[in-house]
Amino acid sequence: MLGRGLLRGFFETGRNFCGSYYDPARLTTVQYPEEKLAPQENARTVPFLVYDGEDPLAGLRCTACTICAQECPAHCMEVVKDTEKKADYLGKMQVKPRVFAIDMSVCMGCGICVEVCPFDSIKMDQVFELAREDRRMLLQLKDLAKSNAYFHQIHPGEAAAVDEARAEEKRKAQAKRATAAAPATPAIL
Amino acid sequence: MIAAPPEPQAPGLGDFANHDLLEVSMGPHHPSTHGVFRMNVVLDGERVVKLTPVFGYLHRNHEKIAEKNSYLASIPYTDRLDYICSMTNNWAYVLSVEKLAGLMVAERAEYIRVIVAELTRLFNHACLAGFLLQDMGALGTPLMYAFREREKILDLFESLSGSRMMCNYMRFGGCRCDLPAGWREQAAKVAADFVFFLDQFEALLSENEILRARSEGVGVLPRGLAVNAGVTGPGLRASGVNYDVRKVDRYGIYDRFKFRVPLGERGDVFDRYMVRILEMRESVKILDQALRDIPAGAIMDPKVKLRNLRPKPGEAYGRIESPKGELGFYLISDGGPTPWRYRVRPPSLINLTVLEDMCLGHTIADVVIILGSIDIVLGEVDR
Repeated sequence: MLGRGLLRGFFETGRNFCGSYYDPARLTTVQYPEEKLAPQENARTVPFLVYDGEDPLAGLRCTACTICAQECPAHCMEVVKDTEKKADYLGKMQVKPRVFAIDMSVCMGCGICVEVCPFDSIKMDQVFELAREDRRMLLQLKDLAKSNAYFHQIHPGEAAAVDEARAEEKRKAQAKRATAAAPATPAIL
Repeated sequence: MIAAPPEPQAPGLGDFANHDLLEVSMGPHHPSTHGVFRMNVVLDGERVVKLTPVFGYLHRNHEKIAEKNSYLASIPYTDRLDYICSMTNNWAYVLSVEKLAGLMVAERAEYIRVIVAELTRLFNHACLAGFLLQDMGALGTPLMYAFREREKILDLFESLSGSRMMCNYMRFGGCRCDLPAGWREQAAKVAADFVFFLDQFEALLSENEILRARSEGVGVLPRGLAVNAGVTGPGLRASGVNYDVRKVDRYGIYDRFKFRVPLGERGDVFDRYMVRILEMRESVKILDQALRDIPAGAIMDPKVKLRNLRPKPGEAYGRIESPKGELGFYLISDGGPTPWRYRVRPPSLINLTVLEDMCLGHTIADVVIILGSIDIVLGEVDR
């Protein structure tokens, strides 16, 4: 019969329309500016730099090795090394960045910098309301540095794993230093 | 007596010069052209007598950028080729790098790749069917039903890779990160629910008299022309040619799954729509098998290093069955850290070359749905 398919389609549409009033799971939209969905743990937007402790510049994990800047597909990072070395959490003397700038209007949020960073220093943020009235989105060190507590807040699983690995490294380094500082008598004898 | 001057002829129209013809520039900012695509259409009344596709408005120098970047840094750029199906683009690229450098892939990663690729196929075909119906005038409803399902799959992709559309997930030798806890169960649920969605979608549309009247016998692509023009994907299979790279090449681990390749008969718009619906049903079957059999283990081959990859001089062509057709990457290495030549074989662009042959003699309203049934994404056409 001509029109049977049409009627069947109308029936489906009607069923869908009514169903959305009975089943709360069917209401898939949220009222965005007032209501926001919590981001998933893995979600990533733009990079930031992690620091330990209270002082953003002193506690910075970054050692200005520039691997991230070399690997960045969009070449949106600039890293300049500082001239003096400071001791890091292992007691090793490391250079810190004097300039660390990311052009957020070029960054595409791919996360390759995070993947290649050997110091767990650069991580992906979850802020997404990045729109501005002007186009100056070149972020400097002071804008990029965010605390480890913040990292724990947005990526709890990953942050815990990083902290554990770093604590393990620190314990090993201290043990090594203790053996080096011990008297010359070998322990085996 | 002075001879009458010859009648003025419109330039460049040849045999059609004596008719009242109208040349229309359709696009690039036309809602039905699926992006920034332009067609110069010559119309006789409402019938198309000549059609010239014009593209390049979205050219972003993809291939040259990739020749300047390291092998790793090109992966996020491949997301942006066909920006609907980033996972399959990743796969085609890493497959060719693996061929070029002779790398092995971790077993678990192979399964994850199949799972995400089939999920991609599901929502690409669902959205295409929605867009096609939108082009026919079914404003909103079918497209929104398709987008509702797509949203569930994009949520899965976000919890897996961190980004909904620009996933940047696969790496040569495996994948970037393992499945989060509970992901597999969620994916199984999405796949199971998708069957209900397909039933609903078909009840809504497949028997619809208006859809059939508009699409049957429209935009017929003859089998011979499809093969000669190099058309691949659902468009080729709708013309009745049994060619699916998943079956022909059996790349990855596709030889382990049982699925069938749906074929069309007439090669019209309706067949192309129906082949995609049937393909989604087969994809759900592959998903069920892959989610059931996925082994535990590492997701990266331990011998692979991502940074400073310098493959030996040589060339490789890796191809996969992306939702739009055969997507291939051709790479030549000269032993350096960047590819010496990097070339994409985009299915959208090559499928677009038969547009004029399919449109001739049809009305301008049919051109819109014929274009819709080819399934193009301009990010891939223009690169």
